[in-house]
Amino acid sequence: MVDNSAFDDIPGTTVFTASRSREGFQLNQFCMSLMKEENRTRFKKDERAYLDEWKLTEAQKLAVLKRDYNEMIANGGNIYFLAKIFATDGKSFQEAASTMTGMSVEDYAQMMLNGGRSPDGVRSIKEGR
Amino acid sequence: MARITSGVSTSHVPAIGAAIDLGKTESEYWAPLFKGYEWSKQWIKNEKPDVIVLVYNDHASAFSLEMIPTFAIGCGDEFEICDEGFGPRPVPVVKGHPELAAHLAQSLILDEFDMTVINEMKVDHGLTVPLSLMFGQPDAWPVKVVPIAVNVVQYPPPTGNRCFNLGKALRRAIENFDEDLNVQVWGTGGMSHQLQGERAGLINPVFDNGFLDKMVNDPAALAAIPHLEYLIEAGSEGIELVMWLIMRGAMGDKVNELHRFYHVPASNTAVGHLIIEPTN
Repeated sequence: MVDNSAFDDIPGTTVFTASRSREGFQLNQFCMSLMKEENRTRFKKDERAYLDEWKLTEAQKLAVLKRDYNEMIANGGNIYFLAKIFATDGKSFQEAASTMTGMSVEDYAQMMLNGGRSPDGVRSIKEGR
Repeated sequence: MARITSGVSTSHVPAIGAAIDLGKTESEYWAPLFKGYEWSKQWIKNEKPDVIVLVYNDHASAFSLEMIPTFAIGCGDEFEICDEGFGPRPVPVVKGHPELAAHLAQSLILDEFDMTVINEMKVDHGLTVPLSLMFGQPDAWPVKVVPIAVNVVQYPPPTGNRCFNLGKALRRAIENFDEDLNVQVWGTGGMSHQLQGERAGLINPVFDNGFLDKMVNDPAALAAIPHLEYLIEAGSEGIELVMWLIMRGAMGDKVNELHRFYHVPASNTAVGHLIIEPTN
């Protein structure tokens, strides 16, 4: 039996496995629909109505409406699919990534300019390294 | 006969494409990055490759979750540019080499690498950003491209070792093609980066520079890196680096390093770039 428990020991990281892919199938396919301009227009006009056309769970819909990317990922979203949402919003990958870290957009951008987040201390929860 | 003349690896960060398309390459933020590619652009003008076998990954653009091919080869006449959510990049359509692609698909499958054959697909920044970095903004790309798409979106991607061996098979297949062609193999993606969760923004220059060294001198060591190590050391999206090993496998045992560049950051990502050529 495959054992993915080691992934849970990496802090602040969700690995998009086949089972998460199943869980997030509708959410991620909804994101794909935003690759068409006509769908982006319809989504922006009435987000809730557009989301209701998809078989998403209520938690997934609310996470999209709140633009809570960590919550979308916790409900099976994958970042490359979710990228279609923030592209529709006219936001960059860096802005979107910063919202998942608890840092302000400016602080996150500065951290990247300073060389990014060091892996030291965020390799393993159990080993604290 | 066709011959492999060199290998190029580079990151394919979407923001680099946006910087080129929006004319920001001279800005304070972007100028140091593009400086690292100046030598490469001059070099490739002189090299004049006929075809690039371009290893990249699709980012939920051509492939949704309906089907997830581990290795796919583009056999079409041409590949249009896809709309990733903000309109297609304003770059030329990518012309394929269907005869070489068909030969490679058949050779690789009979060599026990079960490629998915793609006759029609659009290509995203994973393929077009490397072309822009190396060729700038021409009216038409000066080469034909055989795309090889690797799944690195849904876990697990193929192992580094599998990619390395696919590269070796690719070399056998290319060198067995009758037409007189200069072929480059490109491996794209990476280096360390994580785009999701509280650990987003992870950059590991020690891992990355060790990887660059071993791409030249000890690729077998890289082929042995397990997925968990990529996830921990290079970030959840740094696992794209397995694609570089397809390029490296195609270069043979010994290579000359022609050019190397490493830069942090491009958006959320550590950019690595290497040009090597086979010595034999």
